[in-house]
Formats: sequence, structure tokens, C-alpha cells
Amino acid sequence: MMIDNARFRRLRPLAELTRVRMLEFIREPEAVFWVFVFPVLLAVALGIAFRAKPVSSLEVAVAAEPAAASRIEALLHGAPGLRVHLMGKAEADHALRSGRVDVVVEASGVGEGMPQDVTYRYDPTRAEGRAAHLAVDAALEKALGRTDVLEAHEERVSRHGSRYIDFLIPGLVGLNLMGSGLWGLGFAVVSARTRKLLKRFAVTPMYRSHYLLSFMLSRLLFMVLEVAAIVGFGWAAFGVRVNGSFAALAVVSVAGAMTFAGVGLLVAARPKTIEGVSGWMNLVMLPMWLLSGSFFSYERFPQIVQPVIRALPLTALNDALRLIMNAGSPLAATWSQLAVMALWALVSFALALRIFRWT
Amino acid sequence: MERSDLAVSCRGLVKRYGELVAVAGIDLEVRRGECFGLLGPNGAGKTTTMEVLEGLLTANDGAVEVLGSRWGGDDRALRERLGVQLQETQLSEKLTVRETIRLFRSFYVRGREVGEVIRLVELDAKAKARVGKLSGGQRQRLALACALVCDPELLFLDEPTTGLDPQARLSVWRILERYRQTGGTVLLTTHYMEEAARLCDRVAIIDHGRIIALGSPAELVASLGADQVVEVRARGEVAPETLAGLPGVSGVTAVDGSLRLAVREIGTLLPALLNELERHQASLEKLTTHEATLEDLFVYLTGRELRDDD
Ligand SMILES: Nc1ncnc2c1ncn2[C@@H]1O[C@H](COP(=O)(O)OP(=O)(O)OP(=O)(O)O)[C@@H](O)[C@H]1O
Ligand SMILES: [Mg+2]
Repeated sequence: MMIDNARFRRLRPLAELTRVRMLEFIREPEAVFWVFVFPVLLAVALGIAFRAKPVSSLEVAVAAEPAAASRIEALLHGAPGLRVHLMGKAEADHALRSGRVDVVVEASGVGEGMPQDVTYRYDPTRAEGRAAHLAVDAALEKALGRTDVLEAHEERVSRHGSRYIDFLIPGLVGLNLMGSGLWGLGFAVVSARTRKLLKRFAVTPMYRSHYLLSFMLSRLLFMVLEVAAIVGFGWAAFGVRVNGSFAALAVVSVAGAMTFAGVGLLVAARPKTIEGVSGWMNLVMLPMWLLSGSFFSYERFPQIVQPVIRALPLTALNDALRLIMNAGSPLAATWSQLAVMALWALVSFALALRIFRWT
Repeated sequence: MERSDLAVSCRGLVKRYGELVAVAGIDLEVRRGECFGLLGPNGAGKTTTMEVLEGLLTANDGAVEVLGSRWGGDDRALRERLGVQLQETQLSEKLTVRETIRLFRSFYVRGREVGEVIRLVELDAKAKARVGKLSGGQRQRLALACALVCDPELLFLDEPTTGLDPQARLSVWRILERYRQTGGTVLLTTHYMEEAARLCDRVAIIDHGRIIALGSPAELVASLGADQVVEVRARGEVAPETLAGLPGVSGVTAVDGSLRLAVREIGTLLPALLNELERHQASLEKLTTHEATLEDLFVYLTGRELRDDD
């Protein structure tokens, strides 16, 4: 009992600092907006942008002399996934350049029902261009009598769990944990430093580690709300499901929140001005915005940089979140990502405590 | 058991910022139960001295002892016994008065009740108000509350009343007097000589990082060798030396085009002064007289005013 009391008393400053930290946060309406409302708005915008596009058809421009054009149109009629537009040559070129059509079909005339001198013009760097070229070619060949030897079935993958929005929601969770960890802690710490509040704390017997730990703890509590807001919204608005267990999601989110709280404290450990810390935060976050696959998969970056990308804390968090939410993997499957995050959290916290500037 | 009855002692304190010497060798002894004031103009080195004593800055040279201990040992134990108010801390505006004091209270093992401290600094009516909504005087009292919440043996106050109106200043003084009645020691800095004279048992006047005078306010004023100060401005040539020879004058200082005479017997001086001005055919523009203060001592010692503003 005595020991418990003493231990409790020793932790009271930590509890008090955490409490005060949270009071300060919820009394700052702008912070609440950026942390809770903004990611939901982002999810709405992106979700709608990608849902509004139905299973998109490929746009085909036919630019040929009239007889050839109507023959081609007739041949392509009824081909699935193709939309045919008749155009003049100049108009078709322009439409191709601006991406309004994916392929231009040209022909010089018709002989015995067969279009003559057929040319496909498309941009091979665009996936739609390549797809449209192949689809038009196959449709024409088939209409003119080609028989397929292989009989294959198609399966359209648009089940829950593999749409873009399913991919996006975990990315937004990761991005938000990074943003609120870095901005939230960075500004709070540096503002306390410019206001000489840190110096005031430094002349009290407060344990310095308690001050830093209070930020980690407050992040932990807000993390629950942030993750719940985004995941809950994704589920309610788009039916995005958590295929793995909620316990696993909680563990991964805790790891993510701790990681970015640590990194945030490290970034804020020295700067004396808000401008100074903003610069550092952008420097730290920009690579992760670009590389860590929040909006699009990072698999497309060159093989040689993949290990670097995977070592970034946001990549680890995003990957782990997707394993749990999308693939429904057990927590054990995310051990390597958890290890990466734990390493970042511990190293950055320890370093922050060492180099922290109180005056 | 304390070996000494000194709350603070420092010898040969030197603090440099690059080329600039902020504190150029200060010796101080503050006795337990005493209120000691550092009085000096802007940039004199008051804050720097305080922060070295508070263990925030490390001196380049000199030895410091606070409540019988040196910094660098068990600092946390020492900090349990100190109350500090820094020159320009801005407490969190989003928190209430009570929340702020409660936070500071949690840092100390021993201390006063939060409610008791709120009453002590006369903020009962504002206990639930946000710090951002407090007036300057109320904020200053809150800062004082945060310093007093640990029931400190020694209180460091850096300019506790700068920028406050006379009424707010009086209430800070009242609070400090109450603290002192419980046996506490105070080391404070100020630019206000009335404050030093009213609150302090002893005062050190600091200029350019050095102590230029030390003693009780009464002793310091007495060291002028005068009880009145006469300020004279006249058109025409009047050399300070000629006035220095007049009966009852113990010193002359030229400040901003006028002369200040430290005077022992004003009754004999005034006729002689007017005679002398007439003899030099100087026409009198201004003549004021007031009781000698610490401010006059500062002017006498440095040839400058203590405050360049207000
Ligand atoms: N961090 C610093 N870096 C460089 N110079 C400094 C620093 N802090 C103080 N100084 C200089 O040291 C000198 C003493 O400053 P200090 O703050 O101790 O004066 P002060 O007596 O408290 O003045 P005030 O009445 O204006 O508060 C000043 O010339 C100041 O410019
Ligand atoms: Mg100062």
C-alpha cells in the first residue's frame, strides 16, 4: 500500500501533464478540424472521385474516310467496354493528345467489307492507350471472323476489400497519424519553448522524461479517436471493412502513433521558432508523402530504392494497416513493420530526450 | 542541519555571451528570511545573474551556493525548495487558473493546497477563468501562485511588477509581504526604486554586470550624504563646480542639460543658489526639489537615469 502510494505520487506529474496536454488540444478548434474533420473530407473527396467513374470504358476515335469509318463503327458495335466516336483527323489528334480518347483508328477505305490500311495511333506510356489498342484490334479481328482457340472466363474484381477506397482508407489513417503526430507535437513543444514555458518547467523538480512522455500518452488517447473517425467513416460511407481483427488494428495504430510522436518530439527537440520547426517537419514528411504509398502503391518505384522506402515509418504503418484491414492478416504477419516502427519510436524518443533544448 | 544561515551566496560570478560580458564579477550574500533586491537598468545583468543562481545557466567563472547546495548535485531535491518566477513566461492561454496551478503543484512532493494558493494571490474570482482572458496584473499573480505553490524556502522573482499599474503592483507587494511573514526568503530584481525601498531589506544596485552599491535602502540613500535633491536648469553658463562649492551641497551631477544637487540643508542652500545664478547672469528655467531616493543614488553613481522610458 505504501509502495503503491509512492509510485502513484511519482506518476502524478505525468498524469497531470497528459491531462493538461489534452485540455489544451481540445480547446484549440483548428487543431480539432485538421486532425478529425480534414481526413474525413479527404476520404469523401477521393472516395467520390474514384467511385463516380463507373467501370470505365475505353474511348476510341475513328478518323477515316466516311465509308471506312462507318464500316469500322459497325464492326466494333457491341464490343464490350469500347465507346466509339467518329471524328475528323485533326480533331482526333487533339482528343488523343488531351487524353479524351485512348486510341485513334485510321483507315484509307473499304475493300470487300475489309477496312484498308488500318493504323492504330495511341500513347504507349498510358495504360489506357495500350489496353484500347489491344481491345480494338481483338474486336475487329473477331468481328471479321477470327476464332479464339482458348476459351477463358473473366472475373471482375470489384468485391469489397479490393476497391481503391479500400486501399485508400488505411493510407489515410497512416497519413493522419503521421500528420497529427508531427504537427501536433512539434507546434506544441516549440510554442512552449518560445513562450519560455519550457524554461519555467526546467526550474521545477519535474522529471524531464515525464514532459516528453506526456506527449506520447496524449497521442495514444487521441489516436483512438482519429483512427475510429476515419475507419468508422470509411465503413459507414463506403462499406470499407476491417477484415482482420480490431485488436490487431489497435496494436498497429498504437505503434504508428508512438512512432510519429517520437519523431515529432525529435524534430521539435531543438528549434526555437515555429518557422524553424515547420521547415524541419516538411523536410521529414515530404519524402513519406511521396514514397510511402498512402495514395498509390509504392511498388512502382525502382527496385533499388524499395528497401529505403520500406524502412520509412509511414511505409511500415501503411503496409501493416493494409495487411490487417484489407488482407485480413493476423497481427503476427505484421511483425517486420512493427519492428521498423518500434525502432523509430525508441530511437527518436531517446534521442529527443538527450538533445532536448529547455531554454 | 544547515552549516550556514545564507540562502544564497555567490562569489566572483562571471557570465559571458561571446564577446559580451553580461555579468562581470558579482559577489552576493542573501540571508535567510531576508528580502534582497537587485536594482538596475535594462541590460544590467539582473536576469543573467538570477538564471545562474536558479541553475538555468552555467557561469563562466565563480562559485554559487543556494540553500547550502551547489548546482550539479541533487538538483531535483534543491528545486523542491525553490519558487521561481521568470521574467517573461507565458503560461498556456487555454488552461484555467486552477488547472495551471494544479499542474505546477503536481511537480512537487510537498506544497500548499491549490485552493489555498489561489486565495493567497487573490484570484478566487478568477479560478475558473482561462489564462488568456486574464489582465496583466492577474497573470502576474498567477505566475506568483505557480512559484508559491511548493511553499518554497527561497523565492526568485525576476521583475515581478514590471508593466503593472500602481494598484496591481500594490497587490503583488501585499502577497510578497504575506509570504515573508511565514519566514520565506526572497531574491527579486526590479527597475523600480520605490519597489526596492518598500520591499527589500537590502538592495544591490547593478550596472554593466557589476554591483556598484550595496546596503539597506536607508543606508544607500544616506550614502548620498543628502536628504534633498535639487534639480536646476538655467539659461547661461553655470559650471557644476561652482555649484558644488555652495553651502550644504554634497554632490552635483549633470543629467540631460540640468544639474542635480544633493543637498543637506535646503534652507541655507536656496538663497545661496539663487545668488550664484544671478552672479553668473543665468536665468532660472526650472527648479524642483524632492526627498533623496535610491534613484538619485543611481544617477549620482552613473550619471544616468535608472529607467530610460516612462
Ligand atoms: N542569450 C543571450 N545571448 C546574448 N546576449 C545576451 C543573452 N541574454 C542576455 N544577453 C545580454 O546580456 C546583458 C544582460 O542581460 P540581462 O537579461 O541579464 O539584463 P537585465 O538586467 O535582466 O535587463 P532587463 O532589465 O532588461 O531585464 C544584455 O546586454 C543582454 O543583451
Ligand atoms: Mg531582466
